[in-house]
Amino acid sequence: MNWLRRAISTNPRKDRDAAVYWFLVVFAVLFPLFAIVISGGSPSFWLSFMADGGVYMLLALGLNVVVGFAGLLDLGYAAFFAIGAYTYAFLASNHLEVTPLQTSAHVPFWIVLFVALFVAAAFGVMLGAPTLRLRGDYLAIVTLGFGEIVPRVFKNAAVWTSGVNGISALDTPQLPFWIQGPWSGDSFAFVTNLKIFDPLGYYVIMCLLLLLAIILVRNLQHSRMGRAWAAIREDEVAAAAMGVNTVQAKLLAFAIGASVSGFAGTFYGAKLSLVSPENFTFVVSITVLVMVVLGGMGNIPGVLSGSLLLYWVTFWLLPGLPETATNIANSFGLTSLTHTSGDFPGIGEYISRLKFLIFGLILVVTMLVRPQGLVPSRERQQELTKGTKDDTIIEDIQAEVG
Amino acid sequence: MDDDYILQLDHVVKRFGGLVAVNDVTFDVKRGEVFALIGPNGAGKTTLFNGVTGLLPPTSGSVVFDGREIAGTKPHQVAKLGIARTFQNIRLFEYMSAVENILVGEHCRMNAKLWDSLFKTPRERREEVEATERAMELLKFVGIDRWANSYARNLPYGGQRRLEIARALATKPRLLLLDEPAAGFTPQEKVELMGLVGKILESGVTVFLIEHDMKVVMGISKRIVVLDHGEMIANGTPEEVRSNPRVIEAYLGKQH
Repeated sequence: MNWLRRAISTNPRKDRDAAVYWFLVVFAVLFPLFAIVISGGSPSFWLSFMADGGVYMLLALGLNVVVGFAGLLDLGYAAFFAIGAYTYAFLASNHLEVTPLQTSAHVPFWIVLFVALFVAAAFGVMLGAPTLRLRGDYLAIVTLGFGEIVPRVFKNAAVWTSGVNGISALDTPQLPFWIQGPWSGDSFAFVTNLKIFDPLGYYVIMCLLLLLAIILVRNLQHSRMGRAWAAIREDEVAAAAMGVNTVQAKLLAFAIGASVSGFAGTFYGAKLSLVSPENFTFVVSITVLVMVVLGGMGNIPGVLSGSLLLYWVTFWLLPGLPETATNIANSFGLTSLTHTSGDFPGIGEYISRLKFLIFGLILVVTMLVRPQGLVPSRERQQELTKGTKDDTIIEDIQAEVG
Repeated sequence: MDDDYILQLDHVVKRFGGLVAVNDVTFDVKRGEVFALIGPNGAGKTTLFNGVTGLLPPTSGSVVFDGREIAGTKPHQVAKLGIARTFQNIRLFEYMSAVENILVGEHCRMNAKLWDSLFKTPRERREEVEATERAMELLKFVGIDRWANSYARNLPYGGQRRLEIARALATKPRLLLLDEPAAGFTPQEKVELMGLVGKILESGVTVFLIEHDMKVVMGISKRIVVLDHGEMIANGTPEEVRSNPRVIEAYLGKQH
């Protein structure tokens, strides 16, 4: 239990990362109770809301492997998310009956999770292979293309995917066995194949998926391969000369990054019971990328807190803003503001039109205040203070001899 | 095939478009010696190193390392076969600590598979501990262990040069290529460097270096090859090279 003692005795001032992990764990455990309190006894909406937020956290975690660890800018990450979701749709619904195959499959959710992981990883390698010779901006453009192609294929290959309508009525995940009791409002019973309808179930599944993904990605970061990625990010030529197989390492980064989003896609499809090409647009890729950058590229606690915060801003704060503004105007007795008059559409509609401006402002201000991200990695913090400390002396010497 | 030679270059040519950077160079490096490559700026010395290590494969000719043809082999495979190098303009992983830099060097000698790393198997943990211990030993060996946890970019200049040598040694090479290891060193540091090269040689690694400083070159190398405009103009002991009229011409200009 050495690790436990170490974990408990962490000093939040010294070890910011550990503090963030602790906060997230406590938050995850207490959130259901909190949800009951603020919703007055029916926490379904909040639990469902946070489970969806977990999808973005998973996506950010996966993209961080590609962008943060290996330094490969990927603008088409939503493609792998789509592939994960469609994998579940094909393997766990009646849909395949209306395709040329004419037989449907109903593979359990738990198995599809891992199937989707490998399918997404395979597509990660497929995207990675043609981009290996590219760097920086050029790589970003190619990944952008891939991110546009995949949803379009799902949209246009209507024979297989029913196009824009998407695939609906996906199987509800089932627990193989479960003990019912007063805690779920039933009498004691041993049940098999319990269908999960309760948002709390999805919330718990998401927490477990996140926990698993965080542990695995973290292990990888502090391993032989994690160091190889960092080396490639720093200096690809030197890494190759030191015996790092850069081709293999980059492909692995793409594969690992994609596989995490395979997880996210399967969960997303199963929870929504619907997949449609509209859900995997460029906006998703960019949102996830912003989460990674804003949270602190390359640092897992940073990426997690960045995605949590940005999810809250984009899916709760901004959509609710018009209503909040109307309420505030009303409470101050400024009821005239809430009505249309002349060119003025009323405060609610007005704010709603400004939504993206406000979002942009939030991003710009955050990046100005904390350019290194909310919880940055040590490297990034150093990089941004480059030249402001005594280490400039070293560079001067180098300039002299070079 | 001669067992005495660790590296044999045979009619090596490197062209960049119309420019011939290395033209028909042939020489051998003996096992267990310090071999030097000198020449004026732009003579093609670093290009030759790049050719040997696979970064820029030679246009034609053969490079035989330890009895094995390696021309055109990928850089990471060359490193795994046992050739390590340093760079003329230091190329460390700046935002990684000194220890981590060396651990990257050990990458190709470690066996942890993806599965081991994902689940931190006991085997992987053991290997990580051993690798870190070896990294610390290497830092001590080159005399910069007090900066083990500093970022490579924050090390003093001499420390960075030494760290690059330690990182190269971490790949467990049999042949070490040093590209101007003494550049920018004070006379005192140069003496220390010569001591370090001696220690490396004792540990059984053949050293092949590019150097401008004649004191260093004459002091530590057994044999010297001189390149000028991509062509080999001399090959012999320091004494022979020093008195070679073509070498004097290349360095000081033609006498009128």
